[in-house]
Parts: sequence; structure tokens; C-alpha cells
Amino acid sequence: MPLHHCELCHIDLDKITVRRGGQTLLQDVSMHIHCGQLTVLIGQNGAGKTTLIKALLDQIPHSGTIRHVDGRGLDIPHLRTGYVPQVLQFDREMPLTVRDFMAAALSKRPVWTGVNKKTRALVDEALASVDAAGLADRALGRCSGGELQRVLLALAMNPAPDLLVLDEPVSGFDSNGLEMFLDTLLELKHTHHMAILLVSHDLRFVREYADHVVLLDKSVLAQGTAREVFASPEFSAVFGFSGKEEEAD
Amino acid sequence: METIYSILGTILPLEAYQYSFMKNAFLAILLLTPLLGLLGTMAVNHQMAFFSDALGHSALTGIGLGIILGLRNDLVAMLIFGVIWAILICLIKQSGSASTDTVISVFSSTSVAAGLLILARGGKFAKYSSLLIGDILAVTPQDLLWLLIALVVTVILWALLYNSLLLTSVDSFLARSRGIRTRLVECIFVVMVAVAVMLSIRWVGVMLINALLILPAAAGRNLARSARQHAVWSVLLALLCGLIGLTLSYYLDTSAGASIVLVSALCYAISLAVRAIRK
Repeated sequence: MPLHHCELCHIDLDKITVRRGGQTLLQDVSMHIHCGQLTVLIGQNGAGKTTLIKALLDQIPHSGTIRHVDGRGLDIPHLRTGYVPQVLQFDREMPLTVRDFMAAALSKRPVWTGVNKKTRALVDEALASVDAAGLADRALGRCSGGELQRVLLALAMNPAPDLLVLDEPVSGFDSNGLEMFLDTLLELKHTHHMAILLVSHDLRFVREYADHVVLLDKSVLAQGTAREVFASPEFSAVFGFSGKEEEAD
Repeated sequence: METIYSILGTILPLEAYQYSFMKNAFLAILLLTPLLGLLGTMAVNHQMAFFSDALGHSALTGIGLGIILGLRNDLVAMLIFGVIWAILICLIKQSGSASTDTVISVFSSTSVAAGLLILARGGKFAKYSSLLIGDILAVTPQDLLWLLIALVVTVILWALLYNSLLLTSVDSFLARSRGIRTRLVECIFVVMVAVAVMLSIRWVGVMLINALLILPAAAGRNLARSARQHAVWSVLLALLCGLIGLTLSYYLDTSAGASIVLVSALCYAISLAVRAIRK
């Protein structure tokens, strides 16, 4: 169930700056991520997209503030985030089923002693909610890129987050699988009314699905609807072509 | 102790187990192999085989330093040094400043050299050569108590840490995003391995300790399909190979540690074949 059912609640990033080893990776990034919206982060490689995600997940030191506020601008304490990594770089020969993997994250009982009924049901339910019901007993290392993304999404959705962050999920799929994955995502957006932040390189996808687009290159160059951002001079400068032309194709 | 001996005498009607040193060795294997088998599953998953090897070597330095510092008890010296060494390797590995296997290799060779330098002063190394191959027949009831405590503590910690360690071994960033303190968890694990290795080293030897940690877990990995099966296979194989190796060593008049490791290696070969056939 959604925790804060309000059209206007959002995550407020104010002047996020990240410096490492004398280099500025992000400079004064300010943006809102609204509940019930799909916000897409675009930009070239090295623009700081993953760095911003790490800052958002509080995994690297940064200055600036991240607040979770309701419609009246009042702070909602504690921001629960769910994170779907781009790829899992793990040893695919590890004897580990999808159920083991998820149970390790969702329950306290050590999985080498087995998985109890309650957790079993929880895992099944979580997988079913992302159309991956059949995967529970599959070895994690035998899952395809798309299947892994679904498993990771199921995990990120438990416990239900206020903000769901996906780092370039588009890369693990064939086009058919991708469409199904995005449908699942949109459904979750509606039913759970959560804020979703997604990193993507796929501009066609961005135009079709994004509610809000943020163009990043160390700082925010442009933000708005896909149409607005694609038409901006900053967009042409970064991608070397105008989004308007692409739309005319 | 007498009760345990008489029970063992009844359930093990072999000539070998009429002697109390063999009964002690049997009990030591019973405590030591599940301990190493359990820890081994994660050492293999974390790709730390080389690391635990280096830890074993550091026992030499531990004893050497113990002698210099005038510590009477070898075990205490080894434990303290092993734990410090483990934490150091762990911190350097996490700082990401150099490739892990390079770091470990530097640590390993340094500790062997330092240990030899101290222990072989004046050509007296022969006194310590048992350390290299171990002597499980010298286990005393007091040592067994230490092993029992270690096993109990390990199982408790293992129950608390396992899920976090598992997630960390799959993807440490994902684990951190779920609130797991991955660095702390890894360091505790490394210290647990260090303690287990130091407690076992007098019985199994510097040369062979790593094999006992890695072989059953590696064989179990070939046979298992889930985390639970991995733990069960690993502990079971460790126990079986330990007891078979010990018994064989009595009748063949061979080194117990070496026999156990060779039986484990055979198990590993069989597990590889089973895996190949399944595919």
C-alpha cells in the first residue's frame, strides 16, 4: 500500500554537490522527483547520473540536502528507497536460487537453514507482482538479463519504497521484454503512487514514457517534459542533434 | 571425557579407535571440519581462497612474534596476529588502492618471510616443522574444548551474518542500498575465518589448512543448487573426508592432514564429474 497518498508529495534535491579526489562530479544539482511520476535522468556517459543515484541513496558523501516533503511542503521523516542496479556483477556459478537471494534480503532467518513458509509466500507474491512468478526456484546465475531485472525490481519493491531508483534497466532486454518490463513499471507507478527515478540512454523510450525529464551534465542543464527538454538548445549541444528533428522522423 | 571415550569405543569398533589419541583426533575432526566447511562456503563465494591461504601462512609470523614478545602461549600469539593481519588485509582490499590478489600476495610472502626469519634463527626451525604439516594426533581434551567453543560461536555468528554476507557477495552496492553495513560484515567474516584457521593450524598445518577450508566448499558448490544445499554438502563432505582421511592415515601410517586433504581432493574430482554429467 502507498504510504503517502498525495498528488504533490515529492523528493526535493537541493544543491547536491559531490567532489572526489579534487574533481567535481556533481555541482549544485537541484530537482524534484514527484510521487506518481516517472522522472528520467538523461545525459552522456560521465555526466554524473550514477553519481547522483549514489548520492540519493546516501552511498557517497555529498553536500546539499535531500528532503522528502508532502503537498504542504512539510518534511516526511525517513525516505524509503528501492534500488534496481544496472547489472549484477556476481559469480554466476554460485549455488543460489532466486528464492534464496530474495529471502536473504527479506527475512532474518539465515537462508542456509532454509526458507520458512511466510518468507516463501512473500517471495512468491513479490515475484508474481512483476510477472516473474516462475523464477523462484531458478538459479540466480541462470536468469537472463531481463529476468534478473524483474527479480531486482521485485526485491526493490519490498518493502514498498517511497522512491524507486532504476539505473539504466533498459540495457538488459530485447525490445519485447523491455516493453513488458516498462508496462510492469507503469502499473506499479499507478497502483503504488510512488516516485520513480530512472536513468536511460534510450531517447525513444524517454519520449514515450517519461513524465519528467532531467538533462544532466555535472549539473542540471534542462528539465521539463520530454518535448521541452528535447527542444532545448542544451539538448542539441549534448547529443549533437536536435530532439525536434528526431520527432519529425 | 571418559563417557565420550566409551561411547566412541562402542560406535567405532575399529582397531584404530581403541587408542585415546585417535579418539581425540576423531573428536577434533568432528568439531573442526564442520566449522571450516561452513565458513568455506562463503570463502568460496567471496572468491577468497587465496586470502585464507595467506592467513594460514601468517600463523608462522604470529608464533614468531609471540616468541619475541615472550608470550608463553603460541595460540594466543597466533590469534592476535592473525586477527590483526586479517583486518589489515580487509581494510586494504576495501580501500581499493591495489588489485586484491596483489595485496594478498604481498601480505602472504611478507608473513612467511618474517615468520621464517624469527623461527629459523640459529638453525632451530626443526622445532617448529610440525607447524607446517600439523599433528592432529596430539590434540588434548583441553584443545577440544577450544574447538567446541569456536564451533558454537561460529554457528551463532554465522546465523546472524549469513544473509548479509550472501547479499554482499552477490552485489555489495545493492546490499548497501538495503542498509547492510557491507564493510563491517566482511571484516567480521574475515576475522571469523582467521580465528578458525588459527585454532586449527596446529592440527592441520600451515601447508594444508586452506585445503580443508576450500575443498569441501568447492566440491559442495559443484553439487548444490541452493544456498542450503551448499551448506549441507560442504559440511557433510568436510566431515566425511575428515573421518575417512583420519582412519586411512592410521592404517596406511601416513600423515593425517595430508590424507584428509587427498580424500577431499578426490571428493572434489568426483563432484566435478557429477557436475559435468548433469550438464
